[in-house]
Amino acid sequence: MTEIRIIVCAKEIPDPEAPLSDVSVDAEKMEVIVDAPQVISPFDENALEAAIRITEEMDAKITVLSMGKKVSDTVLRKTLAAGADELILVEDDVFEKLDSHSTAVALAGAIRRIGEYDLILTGRQAGDWDSGQVGLILGEMLAVPCINLARDISVEDGSVVVKKSIPEGYELVKARMPALVTVSNEVGELRYISRTKMLKMMRGSRSIPSWSAGDLNVTPEAFQKMGIAELSSPPDMGRDCQFIEGSPDDQAEKLAAVFQTLR
Amino acid sequence: MSEVLILGEIKEGSLDLKTLELLGAGKKLASDLDGEFSVVLMGDTVSGAADEAIPYGPAKVYKLEHPLLQGFKAELWLASLEQACREINPEILLMSHSFIGMELGPRLACRLNSRLTTDCIDLSIDSEDGLLLRTKPVSGGNAISVFKCPGEPQLATVRGKIFESPETADGKGEIVEMVPQIDESMIKVESLEIVKEEIVALDKADVVVSGGAGLGEEDGFELLEELTEALSKSFGTVMIGCSRVAVDKGWISSDHQVGLTGTMISPDIYVAVGISGAIQHLVGMVHSKKIIAINTDTGCNMFKVADYGVVEDYEEIIPALIEKLEELS
Ligand SMILES: Cc1cc2nc3c(=O)[nH]c(=O)nc-3n(C[C@H](O)[C@H](O)[C@H](O)COP(=O)(O)OP(=O)(O)OC[C@H]3O[C@@H](n4cnc5c(N)ncnc54)[C@H](O)[C@@H]3O)c2cc1C
Ligand SMILES: Nc1ncnc2c1ncn2[C@@H]1O[C@H](COP(=O)(O)O)[C@@H](O)[C@H]1O
Repeated sequence: MTEIRIIVCAKEIPDPEAPLSDVSVDAEKMEVIVDAPQVISPFDENALEAAIRITEEMDAKITVLSMGKKVSDTVLRKTLAAGADELILVEDDVFEKLDSHSTAVALAGAIRRIGEYDLILTGRQAGDWDSGQVGLILGEMLAVPCINLARDISVEDGSVVVKKSIPEGYELVKARMPALVTVSNEVGELRYISRTKMLKMMRGSRSIPSWSAGDLNVTPEAFQKMGIAELSSPPDMGRDCQFIEGSPDDQAEKLAAVFQTLR
Repeated sequence: MSEVLILGEIKEGSLDLKTLELLGAGKKLASDLDGEFSVVLMGDTVSGAADEAIPYGPAKVYKLEHPLLQGFKAELWLASLEQACREINPEILLMSHSFIGMELGPRLACRLNSRLTTDCIDLSIDSEDGLLLRTKPVSGGNAISVFKCPGEPQLATVRGKIFESPETADGKGEIVEMVPQIDESMIKVESLEIVKEEIVALDKADVVVSGGAGLGEEDGFELLEELTEALSKSFGTVMIGCSRVAVDKGWISSDHQVGLTGTMISPDIYVAVGISGAIQHLVGMVHSKKIIAINTDTGCNMFKVADYGVVEDYEEIIPALIEKLEELS
């Protein structure tokens, strides 16, 4: 059988799980400031994991595609250490704060440049703007079958078979490839990468291709910014926590009494 | 006249609760625009739901009936909705941020070359230019952003339990039949099987006991199960919730997940066991009436939103707590 070509779209974002104290809002500049390291958006890691599992079943090649104003190859090299075969960065100043549609335009441009593909995997939503749109828009632009919210993905005879989450459970669906699938966390965490593997990849001399907007065969007007009119801090969620002290037994007794008062 | 269109959803033959809330949002926007609001309903039979919608005051209820629209098949629903939008030409189209809205929204936005804002918690009209202001939590809920986007219709999916459904009265709205131009050849994703699972209705619980990565292993949920049993002797409905990490690790199914990409709940009591309190989790439970947190880390976020905190290994405190609750009941 011929090799399956998988493209995983992965976005680099400030750690969305950073403690609340490390996050602030600059209302003037309309920016969320996160004092935490950059990471790969979590659902994109799930998507990469799904892709790697496919390579374990058959001859398949994974290309990771990441777009941004500036993409840190040290963050993204993790995908190579995990098992991706190729990493392509698409970087340009015009890519700053693009809206979902324009992001999909850029990714579609890069994918057309990559050429042949069978399966595109994206995360269900990125952890910075929580938009949840780019995957499906990209599928529409490329005019391929789209499957949203996958919890399990396999490939057989030129088709992708997906367990798609639905409110009452899941739906087993099948589409001819090429196809696009958005991935949810039920797929499972990205596999553990050993320190040595990681270090080797970080220090590696392997050069990572970087394309700019000009390489994508897209008119510059296609890149529109997300229209932010206002950005503010959320209402304070804090409460006064009453700590229950003592030995576990004391604590249990006091906590049981708390429950009594809440009845 | 400006028309605000609402995509209604039907559950067991009746209008979904989220749709009633959307009607509230739509009515408000229509009045700000000096326009009217209407509802579009899709399915194999929607007559009952259409009649049900009229007393809420829409100017029109568009019925898109077709045997192929039975069950949600994305391509067919999308094609039907796209056709309806091109014909109706609404200024604004609102959808629930539901499983259906999450899929149709972005795809429709692309087809109509418009821009969508997802999971909105407020909507209003900019008095200067008449455009839709779409308020949405971003960065998990660490910030609130207001977006204004080009393109028509202006598209938004709306979070549940934010807007109130409008009062009902004698509606004079008109029911308009539209015929979707769809056929089976449009189906690109074939449905092989629908597997129904036992799904917990977390939003119906009075008390939710939730476990996270801090449980350390799947067996931790057995202990939480025992705790829910003990609590259910004194409280109404007690259910098990969890954080995303517990799902990622395969300890529990995702219908138990509380948070941004799980269920948003506000029970009488929320007990968070071994959950750090990442913002994406907090937004799903912070409106609980009382929050009790059990965590080994004094500095964790969960204590910042909790009413009561216990800094202790859950394996120590929970068995003791169960015992005390049994004694008291
Ligand atoms: C776009 C996006 C959407 C997301 N959606 C959701 C969502 O819907 N729901 C959700 O939950 N998360 C969601 N997340 C993930 C979220 O950011 C966190 O990763 C997740 O909530 C952390 O889960 P946790 O608290 O169980 O794990 P951790 O953060 O690892 O916390 C474990 C906690 O357990 C404590 N602990 C350890 N041992 C013990 C012990 N023996 N006894 C007691 N306590 C102990 C630790 O001190 C720690 O506080 C989302 C993330 C993104 C980016
Ligand atoms: N700049 C980007 N580079 C690569 N992939 C992206 C980018 N933006 C979004 N994606 C993909 O699209 C998914 C959904 O993103 P969003 O619609 O922004 O929530 C993400 O999980 C990624 O897989």
